[in-house]
Amino acid sequence: MSRIFPLLPRCLGQLSETGNVLSELKIGDSGVIVALDLPDSVQNHLMHMGFVPDAQVKALRRAPAGDPTVYAVDGMEVALRRETASAIEVRAIEDLETESLSAMIEAAS
Amino acid sequence: MSDCCAPPPFIPPVAPPTPGSLRTVALIGPPNSGKSTLFNRLTGMRQKVANYPGVTVEQHMGVMAGVGRPDLVLIDLPGIYSLDPFSEDARVSIDVLRGQMPGTPKPDAVLLVMDSLHLTRQLMLAAPVLALGLPTLVLLNMSDLMEARGGQIDALELARELGAPVARISAFKGTGIDAVPLFLHQQTERTPAKPLVLPVLGNAASTHQWAAQLSHRTGYRAPLSVEHSRKIDDVLLHRFWGPLLFLLVVFGVFEVVFSIGQPLSDGFGDILARIGEFVRTGLPPGWIQSLLLDGAWKGISSVLVFLPQILLLFLFIGILEDSGYLARAALIADRVMRTIGLNGKAFIPLLSAYACAVPAIMSTRTIENKRDRLATILVTPFMTCSARLPVYMLLIAAFIPNTAYLHGFLGLQTLTMLGLYLAGFLAALFTARLLKSSVLKSSDAPFILELPQYRMPTLRSLGLRLMDRAGVFLRNAGTVILCVTLALWVLAHLPVMHTPSGSYAAPELADSVIGQLGHFIEPAIAPLGFNWKIGIGLLSSVLAREVMVSTMGTLYGADHATQAMHLQTALHHDLSLGGALALMIFFAFAMQCTSTMAVVRRETNSWKWPAVQFLYMLALAWCAAFAVNHIVMALGG
Repeated sequence: MSRIFPLLPRCLGQLSETGNVLSELKIGDSGVIVALDLPDSVQNHLMHMGFVPDAQVKALRRAPAGDPTVYAVDGMEVALRRETASAIEVRAIEDLETESLSAMIEAAS
Repeated sequence: MSDCCAPPPFIPPVAPPTPGSLRTVALIGPPNSGKSTLFNRLTGMRQKVANYPGVTVEQHMGVMAGVGRPDLVLIDLPGIYSLDPFSEDARVSIDVLRGQMPGTPKPDAVLLVMDSLHLTRQLMLAAPVLALGLPTLVLLNMSDLMEARGGQIDALELARELGAPVARISAFKGTGIDAVPLFLHQQTERTPAKPLVLPVLGNAASTHQWAAQLSHRTGYRAPLSVEHSRKIDDVLLHRFWGPLLFLLVVFGVFEVVFSIGQPLSDGFGDILARIGEFVRTGLPPGWIQSLLLDGAWKGISSVLVFLPQILLLFLFIGILEDSGYLARAALIADRVMRTIGLNGKAFIPLLSAYACAVPAIMSTRTIENKRDRLATILVTPFMTCSARLPVYMLLIAAFIPNTAYLHGFLGLQTLTMLGLYLAGFLAALFTARLLKSSVLKSSDAPFILELPQYRMPTLRSLGLRLMDRAGVFLRNAGTVILCVTLALWVLAHLPVMHTPSGSYAAPELADSVIGQLGHFIEPAIAPLGFNWKIGIGLLSSVLAREVMVSTMGTLYGADHATQAMHLQTALHHDLSLGGALALMIFFAFAMQCTSTMAVVRRETNSWKWPAVQFLYMLALAWCAAFAVNHIVMALGG
């Protein structure tokens, strides 16, 4: 379904019931990825760039025209357009420092 | 560090079935892992570039002369994040590694290169590569940088975990590269394998977890993120300064290509012409001299003359790309480019096309999405390249009075020239929209742009890139151009005439095969206001646009009625104002460039797209020229 109508499930109202989406993160804020809702090939690409569930993402800066936005993930900077970022569900975290990456990895293993 | 059982002793990895059988080595790694730098270092200058059969993926091969093993062939696989077969690049890599790629031998060993600065993520590629069971050497590139920035890794433990030897290297400095010949040497001896615990392959989340645990167990600590890149971006991606600097860069590209490249190309053209004249004096007159000089050499020169400009353009793009700025430029341009259905990465190719479509099309490789890339390739030839300028200048000088407007600030001639640039640009926009809303629609291919850290470009990699691109340009465009020039020469010299003394003579241009072709197409171009002479010009300009000027020169020079006139005056014999304007518009839209078609064929790996492109542009050019001619006639011009 999402492959046929890529924009359909991304209406903000629909996703904000369960949580926030990446595109709504304010610059300087961080979030933890909950789920991705994108076609397989795109999802695969993003996951190999570090956009996996439980990964921390920080919104770094917007392009001068306001879109795309640069995100810091897994030590890399990756720019995504709003339409892509709005298909990535995140859980906002208050402070980046309280939840360090190594602690998360330990929890995962 | 190993969690439960006693750590197994470190054992060197799997060996090939028969000792001493090592012939082919594959180099694989994620994008931005420094793979190309390593490839250049391992092979030195000896490499060749081709396309894999049936796909648009480029194949780089070279012998490993850089590490003293010229008996081994190194295959550079495309930069990929995973072996999941979603992308053409990954499918090609899988086929090569499994020995299923026609024409490419199955690799006997694999060099897996990874960027130590982002090892956790890069390790995700290790799982599927090691699962193939080929002897593999893992190369941790940029180890020096990682350590300098406070990162660390237990390479021995990583080797034990992966069951493959691990070496820390710096491809940039050349340190640690000795591990490669050592590893390849050891591969000629048999050694037992150690079972490797792998994640569920093809599942990105599982692979990521595996990689995260692995990097944790091997004591990997990522280096502190480099603040200097972010500080530079604070300026280069600044809301106000960012676009301003971007425009300055754009202006810089134009400035370099036109103010420095054009005189270089002109001077080079003079040198080439002199070489031709010099050879002419050494050859006896006759058809051999004519074939060699008017045919072959003219064709070769017409390609070579663009080389200085093209190399300059590539040097410029190379510096931008290697430094990391090109990704930022794509980020800034994306918002504008998406309004026409393309993405930010299409910006540089379209800009380069103002110099020449050939390097522009070659630079579309930075666009990963195949459909976006194809759309960019297809619209690129509409941008006003420098080969159109001689034709525009001739026709404008001949037909447009230099009436001044705005107190002499703008002349009608300048306005006409600007109008032609605008016409090409609008045709590109229109075509891009048309393509992206129809055949090349790609809703599931978003814009994902990795912003690499800023780096200092090296002379070595810039030099290699220039040599590589120059070679591709000369081989591909050169061979086609040579064939077409020779064909045109033959058409212009048949049927063979005999002078009363019995020696060979070329026919009058009007009586030659190409002259007859001009007459043949006259009915098709008459509605545009062109007669058969212009037809010959159009036919010959299929070779390259600027050839039109010299063809018309030859044509009028041979005709007694116009022999003594200037080219501009002579043109008035054959063109009305409507016809002249129609001819300019025709040149703005039509695909009269064999080099471009040759490059499009190469980049898309089929004749289908250059054929579609040629016909589409021809149809558009014909309709626009028809409209212009009739509008001007209706206005009484």
